[in-house]
Amino acid sequence: MRRLPRRLFLGSSAAAGGLGLLAACAPGSDSGSGGSDGGGSGPAASDVETDPAALGEITLKVWDQEVRGAQNDAIEALIEAFQKDYPNITVDRVSQSFDDLQQQTGLALSGNDVPDVLQVNNARGDMGEFVKAGQLTDLSGYAEAYGWEDRFADSVLAKARYSADAVTFGEGPLWGLPQTGEVCGIYYSATKLETLGAEPPASWEDLFALVEAAQKADEQPLVLGNLEQWPALHVFGPLQAHFVPSDEIVTLAMGNAGADWTDDANVQALTQLADWAASGAFGDSPNGLAYDTAWADFTKGTGVLLIGGSWLGPDMEAVMGEDLRFMAPPAGTDGTVATTGGTGLPFAIPAQAAQADAAAAYIDYITSDTAMELIADKGGMPVLNTADLAPSSGVNKDIYEAFDAVSTDGVLLPYLDYATPSFADTAGAALQEVIGGQSEPSAAAETLQADYSEFTAGS
Amino acid sequence: MASEQAGGARPGSTGGTPLGSTGGTPLGSTGGARSGSTGGARSGSTRGAPPATGELPPATGPVPDGPLVRRGGISARWRHQRPAQDTRRRRRPAGSSAVTRRRPSAVARHRPSAVVRSHATPYLFILPAFVVYAAFSLYPLVRAAQFSLFEWPGFGPSTFVGLQNYVDLASDAAFLAAIGNALVLIVFYAVLPLVIGLVLAAIFRRGQVRGMGFFRSVIFLPQVIALVVVAVAWRNIYAPGGPLNEALRAVGLDGLARGWLGDPGAALPAVGFIGTWLEMGLVMLLLLAGMSRIPDDLFEAARLDGAGPVREFFAITLPSVRGEIVVALVLTIIAALKTFDLVYLTTSGGPGNATTVPSYEVYFRAFQLREVGSASAVAIVLTLLVFAINVGVTRIGERAS
Repeated sequence: MRRLPRRLFLGSSAAAGGLGLLAACAPGSDSGSGGSDGGGSGPAASDVETDPAALGEITLKVWDQEVRGAQNDAIEALIEAFQKDYPNITVDRVSQSFDDLQQQTGLALSGNDVPDVLQVNNARGDMGEFVKAGQLTDLSGYAEAYGWEDRFADSVLAKARYSADAVTFGEGPLWGLPQTGEVCGIYYSATKLETLGAEPPASWEDLFALVEAAQKADEQPLVLGNLEQWPALHVFGPLQAHFVPSDEIVTLAMGNAGADWTDDANVQALTQLADWAASGAFGDSPNGLAYDTAWADFTKGTGVLLIGGSWLGPDMEAVMGEDLRFMAPPAGTDGTVATTGGTGLPFAIPAQAAQADAAAAYIDYITSDTAMELIADKGGMPVLNTADLAPSSGVNKDIYEAFDAVSTDGVLLPYLDYATPSFADTAGAALQEVIGGQSEPSAAAETLQADYSEFTAGS
Repeated sequence: MASEQAGGARPGSTGGTPLGSTGGTPLGSTGGARSGSTGGARSGSTRGAPPATGELPPATGPVPDGPLVRRGGISARWRHQRPAQDTRRRRRPAGSSAVTRRRPSAVARHRPSAVVRSHATPYLFILPAFVVYAAFSLYPLVRAAQFSLFEWPGFGPSTFVGLQNYVDLASDAAFLAAIGNALVLIVFYAVLPLVIGLVLAAIFRRGQVRGMGFFRSVIFLPQVIALVVVAVAWRNIYAPGGPLNEALRAVGLDGLARGWLGDPGAALPAVGFIGTWLEMGLVMLLLLAGMSRIPDDLFEAARLDGAGPVREFFAITLPSVRGEIVVALVLTIIAALKTFDLVYLTTSGGPGNATTVPSYEVYFRAFQLREVGSASAVAIVLTLLVFAINVGVTRIGERAS
């Protein structure tokens, strides 16, 4: 008998609370920022104060994700120098891992107490959404005032450009500025190539021949650890450029309308990936191998080639020394060197930042020529003047030169998962199934197309 | 209410009970002497019922508060405010009267206050805990239910879409795969550990081997290790060149060797087996605790009747630990349905969607796709599923006992 009233009490109070809440405002409507029509505004070049010393005593809040050795050292040194040059500005820096920052950014931007400088992932699911919600500052005015468009190559800046409604990615206003570069290329062991009597491949045909030669010699030609789903994207990206013109890849990867995953060229690229996997070129079970285990295996002598990102260089060099070399992939189907790559996360200014001018000055400072030298000194890969700043030897020399060649003369293809908010998962799963032989290349192309076309039709 | 009024108007019977049980004991020791002297016969309530009744009419008579006042405590206070009217009181020793005047509340506590007697009082005791529970469990739950009716990226404006998120889930392949996988995982997280745990517990109960405590600890150990460590360790065990495949190859089972977490058929059982390994120890410990309560003479009697170990197990051990089995099932089924860390750390839901689970879908939708509405819908469905299955398990358990 006592149970009923108690249940009634709990139930009714919960229900009353629930009703109250449901009647209350809809989620997010009280965020107090931005309009639903998207596109935060930014100052015109003439309104920008470019002398930080004239800004008075201020504290600049900076959120970044440069927690790793070289990058963290570089940022710390830059902040110290910045504060020394402009003693009126105190930089309050919060650094956390990429995942943590990514998850907090959405919440942070909708609050009222936003940082002044924030690293935002370029992808549509991140920067695109924030632009659409009007939560970032349009940097075009600052770019003009500081001359950023002369400083950076177009293909680099394009990765931080969105139209104000975020429908188009790669063109339109500028929303962020990167500091470091990344590029996917081919790592190889010099001695392994020598043993096989092969030269570094000058064309994709050479590369295919090298893979076959390695298999005949009982070597695993390519090393891939794809347990995490995304590593295959870094192999498929460069490979795709051999079959598909780079401008089409850019359209696909930026999620802009007008391209087709199911055309012959893309299916051929997927088929090549499937053939490699079926022939065992990636080893027994690339899908069961962890990314970090795979490159560690490579340093211990497994495999001839490893297609992957420039960030692996220093760690692998620590084990392999001079034996480790890096090269940009051979020229693609349209004759230019095109490979997946990009920049470190761009530094952006939230729309509600209290110190937008100082934030822009900070961003300008950490992407200046002297900053690039400092980044290179600390062992990171600067996004500008990369070839000039390359070390005199070692794998980083190869990597810097490759990045410079691709970012200035070639095409820096966007990461394929920029395309749509769900594309990382869709493409990761689809490529895993192509590699594992669970789905035909044409079927995988259909899957990718479905995600891409649904997104482009809806936006 | 009627009884309260009666009690208030006069000592009595019904009104006295709550005091006796709740506030009676402390009052009895500290305030007993005081009340005896001050209120004298009048407010002497429970203790001095017979004299009180005797003296009551004259006391209440002049003061027109008798029927109005419900409680002895309040009427006593009122009287203090008008001492002149109480002639009897005047004659009392001045000292005792002064004590009461200084500490009127002590007298007031004599009888249960309005607050104590109120039906709301038990809930007032619950309130602090309930507020915490509501703030950190009910409120998020209600908010999640609310979010599930919106299309919202987690910031900025939202659009009300009604039940559309739920309708979409019904035809969402990833979600259905996740639910299917979760049900398969119940076998690995709950059913297998229960069977293994029962056997282990029965063996441990009977066993007279040295170092039993050591073995027990070893089996329970996975529960103590951080899940991240467990996941990383198993990822290495399952690696294509890992210990499991090495062992298989060493005994000539090359055909079975594979990249366990990368093979679509093997990945889910591989993840599930980690769960079995994890939950086994917990289940065993629960059952062992239950079995230790079974009186030895039951077993002795069974043995005298000629029962072997197997018969003994089914006739005595198993029925005796039914309650523990239900608890173990509830705990492990919840663990199976809400598992996230293992999947996130070992396979990220892959290969393809082979190992995705509802919790992973919640995370993925909320933080990767920024579809908070859809994520909340998945979470609500998951909550209902966990609730329904566990109500089922508990009901079956109750009925059986």
